[in-house]
Amino acid sequence: MNVKEDTKSKLDLLLSIFIVFFKIGVFTWGGGYCMLPLIKNEVVEKKKWIGSEDFIDGIGVSQSIPGPIAINTATFVGYRIYGTLGSIVAVTGAILPSFAAIILVAMFFLGFRELTVVQNFFKGANPAIVALIVSAVIDIGRDALKKYREVIIASILLFLLLYFKIHPILAIVISVILGLFLGEKK
Amino acid sequence: MILIQLFLIFTQIGLFAFGGGYAILPLIEKEIVNNFHWLTYKEFLEVVTISQLTPGPISINAATFVGYKIGGILGSTVATVSVCLPSVIIILIVVKFLKKFETNIWVTNILKGLRPAVVALIASAAYSIVKGGGISDIKGIIIGVVSFLLLRSKKLNPILILILAGIVGVIVYI
Repeated sequence: MNVKEDTKSKLDLLLSIFIVFFKIGVFTWGGGYCMLPLIKNEVVEKKKWIGSEDFIDGIGVSQSIPGPIAINTATFVGYRIYGTLGSIVAVTGAILPSFAAIILVAMFFLGFRELTVVQNFFKGANPAIVALIVSAVIDIGRDALKKYREVIIASILLFLLLYFKIHPILAIVISVILGLFLGEKK
Repeated sequence: MILIQLFLIFTQIGLFAFGGGYAILPLIEKEIVNNFHWLTYKEFLEVVTISQLTPGPISINAATFVGYKIGGILGSTVATVSVCLPSVIIILIVVKFLKKFETNIWVTNILKGLRPAVVALIASAAYSIVKGGGISDIKGIIIGVVSFLLLRSKKLNPILILILAGIVGVIVYI
């Protein structure tokens, strides 16, 4: 009897992890940072799964490792609640809405994409995408490039990317190596 | 065989997906468009727009879409799982010594070192879209400039701007 109830409450917990992160996944439109307050509200304030400080530490790490911040935060919070299984459930929940949306779009869109009206929609949207990206360069550049040295490195890397078509991973590697050489020693 | 390729390429993309959505675009372009020809450049641009209009991070959206186009539902599952795998594994390792990780001098220097690359990658993505035909005439230039001004001055929601720009496109390109 006890074992049964124990299993049931474990399943309940995993299910509610899944539902919370599914909800977060549904509302993650356009960039992860917008949904950090949403995640915090759900897992720290409502469910009290992890403490506020622990959450902030988790976000710090989520930003510093590769991968979308929504997925990283889901992994971290899921782990804190229920170990590796909790991570897997949280990440699955967070990805599922976008996965389903893209599958639906792909299924229908691939049939419609040659329609003039669809093509013209994209033709109009492309310049707006460029505007979004240029705007991101300004915002991120202002935050990330604090020293002249960093501006110079960024400019050289951009030059290498555009004119010598170096592989993007090479640009990342060069940048990191320079960071290690030029960074603080202690 | 194609599934293994999807797995390898998207694990690689997941591993180097630093600095938020746009910074990953040059890598996706390099591998998916130039090396493997899984998407044409035009389709790549469409995927970028679609990911902005649907929930979820751009790298995952691109993985799902490309996976679907190459290998149906199974392909999209493999690509989506692969793109998430590196960061999930890294978090599961790092989570055990969180505080030490954040204050480690190597980690800090690597992160600071990454910044110029992230900015350069995003800037190169913008350049590449313009050069790849994303802005092809005076109408495109006007739509781009107006979108930019709306974005910077009115702080309009990017999704709204994108939809408006698309509708303008439908009207002016008839």
